[in-house]
Amino acid sequence: MGLASHGHDLGSGGMQAPIGGPDRADTSWWQSKPVRRFRRNPLAIVGALIVFVFVIVATFAPQMSELGRTCLRDLGLTAVTASDVRDPTKAVFWRSIVAPPATCYTIPRASFSPIPEAPSESYRLGTTSGGYDIFYGLLWGSRTAFRIGLIVVSVSLLFGLLIGGLAGYFGGWIDDVLMRFTDMVIAFPSLVLAIVIVTLLGQTLTNVIVAIALVAWPNYARVIRSEILTVKELTYVESARALGGRHFRIFIQHVLPNTIASMIVVASLDMGSVVLTAAALSFLGLGPPVGYADWGQMVNFARDWILGPPGQPLAYWFTSFYPGITILVFVLGWNLLGDAFRDAFDPRNA
Amino acid sequence: MFAYIVRRLLFMPVVFLGVTLMVVLLLQLLSPAQRAAAFVRSDAQLRNLDAIIVQYGLDQPFHVQYVNWMREAAQGNLGYSTASSEPVMDTIRKRFPASAELALISLIPVLGLGIWLGTLAALNRDKAIDQFARVFAIVGWSLPNFVLAIWLLVIFYGALGEPLREFAGGAFRLEPGRVSTSVNIEIANGNFPLHTRFMLIDSIINGRWDVFWDALRHLVLPVITLAATSSALIMRVMRSSMLETLSQDYVRTARAKGLPTATVHYKHARRNALIPVITLSGFTVIFLMNGVVITETVFNYPGLGRWFATAAVNLDYPAVMGFTLLTAFIVVVGNLVVDILYALIDPRIRYG
Repeated sequence: MGLASHGHDLGSGGMQAPIGGPDRADTSWWQSKPVRRFRRNPLAIVGALIVFVFVIVATFAPQMSELGRTCLRDLGLTAVTASDVRDPTKAVFWRSIVAPPATCYTIPRASFSPIPEAPSESYRLGTTSGGYDIFYGLLWGSRTAFRIGLIVVSVSLLFGLLIGGLAGYFGGWIDDVLMRFTDMVIAFPSLVLAIVIVTLLGQTLTNVIVAIALVAWPNYARVIRSEILTVKELTYVESARALGGRHFRIFIQHVLPNTIASMIVVASLDMGSVVLTAAALSFLGLGPPVGYADWGQMVNFARDWILGPPGQPLAYWFTSFYPGITILVFVLGWNLLGDAFRDAFDPRNA
Repeated sequence: MFAYIVRRLLFMPVVFLGVTLMVVLLLQLLSPAQRAAAFVRSDAQLRNLDAIIVQYGLDQPFHVQYVNWMREAAQGNLGYSTASSEPVMDTIRKRFPASAELALISLIPVLGLGIWLGTLAALNRDKAIDQFARVFAIVGWSLPNFVLAIWLLVIFYGALGEPLREFAGGAFRLEPGRVSTSVNIEIANGNFPLHTRFMLIDSIINGRWDVFWDALRHLVLPVITLAATSSALIMRVMRSSMLETLSQDYVRTARAKGLPTATVHYKHARRNALIPVITLSGFTVIFLMNGVVITETVFNYPGLGRWFATAAVNLDYPAVMGFTLLTAFIVVVGNLVVDILYALIDPRIRYG
């Protein structure tokens, strides 16, 4: 199993000689100082494990859940051949993982009843208000979470790279204008701004991604700018410039590699906060349509049943507990990972 | 220090100009008819949108529209909110005190708990209290406020609702809303005049301690929700800043002089350790603004945040834009207050 071997590597790597042989031990990636610091930090391991489990869950959501009828139809399956989706020799197995039809993101409904159903054989975590299957929603919701997180982080990384890169590299008035603009976006409450943008663009998942990317880039721009300001003055960059190197080439070859460590830290901390903002938006009803597999919406459903029926106040605990704990653990995992990266890369810990 | 404050004051209009430009720029995404709603003051005008489009030049170029919009906003006309069925300005005037009350009271646990626990954790490094504080920091920081809010309601309003209703005549009931229905009826009947619209202050003015207590117990759960994220952040920064300060030479000197431990910790070390926390307070303003939207929505608290969330879902553009403008204003003023505090505490700026 992937999980077992992963854990084994992490646990024993510190004691055994790396594959490269004893003479290469000091120069190998596995033995480098940041990686060693990371491996010895128990919280880092917990964070990495949490993220790893979520990656597995998101990848194999089609195999782990009972697919709905429209989803099966769009995959070209019938109730009889439904088990093909779990057979790696069949094409539909890979299709369901890489490019599942959009209808698969719609949570199957056990009923149209507003009253939640307790966890059972067929609905492992119960159903929430509207008869939506909680287990299915959380599994496929992890795919939604990763999709939002990865797209937003890469888009805002590129945008931040552009703005921060221009500001740091050229300095002067370009720097002033770009950084004042960045400060302004940072100073504005991100959720409020995201709500405004989604309201004006229209309430769809794509617009949620656009809105969050528009509020998330300033962090990257700031970090990249400050890294560039440090690197710019180094002798080897100066000599590259003296040799007549082009701006773009100097930037790509000499400046960019130095920003990677800080980018990893910001990006992993951002994965958590981006998904959190997205969940908050759809919790408020500004996200994807009702019934779309999405964690924020699942918490929103739970609002209908804060009070149980008379005499059993906790009867519907599962409607708020499972979606809530899923978001918490996901964000916690990325935050632990981000903190661990920061500690590992911090030269003060050397 | 005077020069410093003047410099910051001069920066304020720049920020405000930027934000308003952004708001009007975003408004261009809408059709002229949708934008016209921002200039409507009454139902009668709402029925004749074409006249407004012409009157305010909504088919004109961007800079003309910006000037028009700013002129109207400066006169207090932010349009008509369909979500609250009244002019945006009236809603802001009525609801602002409710949100301000919530946010200001939240500052007590945010700063108090954050600074106290952070100091304690740093002074007892790696002991039980430090471990607890670190877990609190990372979990508090990762727990979404809307999840916390719902869990709090499920536990205290749901599970403990019945016992709390019976205990001490329900004096410790924790419920959503701002005040009990009976008080709302009194307000509607005019038996409880609203002077400031700050419920805690009004109840003191009216000499109604029962209402004071009633408002206070309604504030408990929202304040916990609103304070959780920020206090976790402040605690964390306070802890690391305190640890760094404690390792500095001047603290060792103070110890070597034989000063009492408490004096060294609280007079010498903590004062300097507080500087990063004050820098962070600017962010606290931002977090509170974000949090108010979620918290008020979950707890059915009649403030600006809930109005904004409802307006956004119902595509009530004037309300959304009005709230955005107000947010910009609060952020600018909040940052100014933080800057001044900063100058007061840090002599490098005071004399710089």
